[in-house]
Amino acid sequence: MKHLFSLLTGLVFGTGIAISGMMDPAKVLNFFDIAGTWDPSLMFVMGGALVVTFFGYRLVWRRSKPLFEQRFQVPTSTLIDTKLIGGSALFGIGWGIAGFCPGAAIPALGTGRWEVALFLIAVTAGFYVRRLLPAAPEKAAT
Amino acid sequence: METAFTPFASLGGGLLIGLGAVLLMLGLGRIFGATGILSGAVFVENRDELTWRLALILGMIFAPGLIFAVTGAMPALTVPVSPAMIIVGGVIVGLGASQGSGCTSGHGVCGLSRLSLRSLVAVPTFMATATITVFLIRHVFGA
Repeated sequence: MKHLFSLLTGLVFGTGIAISGMMDPAKVLNFFDIAGTWDPSLMFVMGGALVVTFFGYRLVWRRSKPLFEQRFQVPTSTLIDTKLIGGSALFGIGWGIAGFCPGAAIPALGTGRWEVALFLIAVTAGFYVRRLLPAAPEKAAT
Repeated sequence: METAFTPFASLGGGLLIGLGAVLLMLGLGRIFGATGILSGAVFVENRDELTWRLALILGMIFAPGLIFAVTGAMPALTVPVSPAMIIVGGVIVGLGASQGSGCTSGHGVCGLSRLSLRSLVAVPTFMATATITVFLIRHVFGA
């Protein structure tokens, strides 16, 4: 049941990504191109997603635990450090270069376009690069 | 290249994205962060942590097929950048999102709606650097 639920959850999320235009790099890059061919559509994506998630999370958290697990696993850190800011800044640069982000590229893989697979392989390579950095071991960070 | 302004489709898609995030919290008590889900499927800690991630990823991949089955057309996907830029951008995305503990879904959707202080810093940071990057590439270097 847990895995069927995960599958359907992914399908809902992915369908939202596909309908919204988030998985189209042309649209994403135009959202950032405020001095050129600006397309503000993605503001509506974030707006719609935030309203549902803001209220939905609070409804769900009235429960003592999730349906298929023993507890909610929500990050509790409030640390604002160079790792957070530098990592986020880098992520934005990569997003602006390629036009894909991970949450949009995974559903986009279902279109069968080779560029999407190339992007996701590169993202995975980036995960490995990060684990090679001596200053940021995965285990110590979590 | 121009793209059409699609406020209703984008809003509708956004509502579904939010619903997906809420469902994952309801079912598994987890944040819907694509970077964490993907890296957790690549660097496997144990079998149970792998299988729900693979199911979720599989569900996401089925989405364009579902849309094709219903509407008879694949969702629009135009790649206006070179393969080299996809590779360079992808590596930087993977490095940055794992270093910064999240991307558009984890910090943007889930983190902001939790009013997470870290996400309130991360989101404006990556939105700003993405905007600057696109400005530099398109209007300064003219690529």
